[in-house]
Amino acid sequence: MEVKQITVTVNGEPRLVEVEPRTLCVHMIREVLGLTGTHLGCDTTSCGACTVLLDGVPVKSCTLFGVQTDGHEITTVEGLGWPSELHPVQEGFKEEHGLQCGFCTPGMMLTAAALLEENPDPSELDIRWAISGNLCRCTGYQNIVNAVQWAARKMAATEAVVSA
Amino acid sequence: MYPPRFHYEAPTSLDEALQLLNMYQGEAKVLSGGMSLIPLMKLRFATPSAVIDVNNVPGLDYLSEESGELRIGALTRNRDIIRSDAVRTRYPLLASTAPQIADPLVRGRSTLVGSLCHCDPQGDWGAVMLAMNGDVVAASMSGRRRIAVSDFLLGPFQTSLRSDELAVEARVPAPAGQPFGVYHKLERKVGDFATVGVAVYLDRSGSSVTTAGIALTGVGGTNIKCPAAEQVLERGGVNDHTIEEAAGLAAEAAKPQTDHRGSAEYKRHLVRTFVSRALLTSIGREPVDIRQRRFENVRVLV
Repeated sequence: MEVKQITVTVNGEPRLVEVEPRTLCVHMIREVLGLTGTHLGCDTTSCGACTVLLDGVPVKSCTLFGVQTDGHEITTVEGLGWPSELHPVQEGFKEEHGLQCGFCTPGMMLTAAALLEENPDPSELDIRWAISGNLCRCTGYQNIVNAVQWAARKMAATEAVVSA
Repeated sequence: MYPPRFHYEAPTSLDEALQLLNMYQGEAKVLSGGMSLIPLMKLRFATPSAVIDVNNVPGLDYLSEESGELRIGALTRNRDIIRSDAVRTRYPLLASTAPQIADPLVRGRSTLVGSLCHCDPQGDWGAVMLAMNGDVVAASMSGRRRIAVSDFLLGPFQTSLRSDELAVEARVPAPAGQPFGVYHKLERKVGDFATVGVAVYLDRSGSSVTTAGIALTGVGGTNIKCPAAEQVLERGGVNDHTIEEAAGLAAEAAKPQTDHRGSAEYKRHLVRTFVSRALLTSIGREPVDIRQRRFENVRVLV
C-alpha cells in the first residue's frame, strides 16, 4: 500500500501526516488529525458541510485528496475561534440563532468567514450567493444570513475602534 | 466513498508532468481542479492506475491578453476568471458564464481547461469556446499543437487530446470591435447540470456583426455549434427577421433527449427562446434576464 508523508499546516500548526493517496481530505482531517468539527455530508460535492479553507479559499474537502494539501494551509472550524474567543462569525451564529441542527454550521461559517475577508460589507444578495454551495438541511437560511450580517457589523465596529 | 488505490504523482515542472504522461501511456489521469475527476473516481466510474496532480506545476495559472488573444492557463480557476478585470471589461461571454458554473466552492477549484478536457456534454465551457472559436493548446514531449475546440470536443467525455498530451492553455480571440456575449442557462438548482445552456457571442463593428457565435449545452452528445444560425447574423446583422431565423436554426441544430430535466420538445423550445432573448438583449430590446440582473447586483461573487 502506497503511503505518502506530507506536511500540512492545520489551523496554524505544521503537521506531519501519513496518508494513502486515495484518502480524501475530509477523512484525513477527521480520522488522521482527529478534528471532527468538519462534517461529511453528501460526499458528492453538493452540500458543502465538509467546507474548509485551503490557503484561505473555501473548498469542499470531500472532493480533494489529502495528499493535495502537502505544503498548504488548511483552516477548519476548530481554527476559526475558541469558546473563550469566538470568531465574529461564530458569535453571529450564536446571537442570531444561525443554526438549528448544526450539521451545516462549520462549513457555513468557514464560507462566511472567507466572504467577509474579501467583502467586509456584503449585501444580503452577496451573502446568499456566497453560501449557495452550502446546503442547510433545516432550511434555516434566513438566520444564517442574519448571522453573517451580524458578524459583518461586529467586524466593522471592531475595525472602527482599532483605527480610532 | 473511497476511490480504488492509485499511484499519486505530483510533478513540479511541466517537463516532469509530460514525462510522466508519456510513461504511463494512457493509464494516468491528470488532476487539476478535480471537481469532475474526483467524484468520478469516488463512484469508481474512473479507475486510473495513476493520478498526475499538476497543481504544483508552475506557470499554468494565468489570464493574459497577448497577440490578439486571451490565454487562459490550465490552472486558472473559475473564481479567477470571475475576478479578472480583462474578462469583465472585454470578454462578456466569459464573464456571463463563469459565475453560473456549479457553486462558489466548486468554482474555487475548478478550471476552464479541465472542463474542456472532461468534455461532459453538459459542460458549459464547451459551448462558450465553440461560440468564440477558441483553441486548446496541447503540450507533449514532442512539442506543442493548437487544436480548434470544434476539433477538440469529439463526443461524450471524448476529446482529441492524445494520452501523452497535457492541455496547457485555452485561447479565445480578443474582440476586434464591440463585443456582446451572454450565456443563458436553465438549471433546476445551484450546482445542477444545465437543462439547456445557450452561449451567444457577437463581435460588432457599428451595426454590423463581424463574428457571430452560437453554441449549445445539454442538447446532444457534446456541445453543439450552430454555424447556420451564425451565418444569418453575420450576413444580415441583428434585427427581428434574423433573430427569428437564427433562433429557429439553432433550435433545429439541437439534438435534445427527453430525460428527468425535461422533454426534448421543451429543451428545443428553450434553445429558441434563449437565442432570441440573447439577441434581443444585444440590441437593447430585452433587459438581461433576471439571473443576469442578479449577477449585476452582486459586487463580489465568491
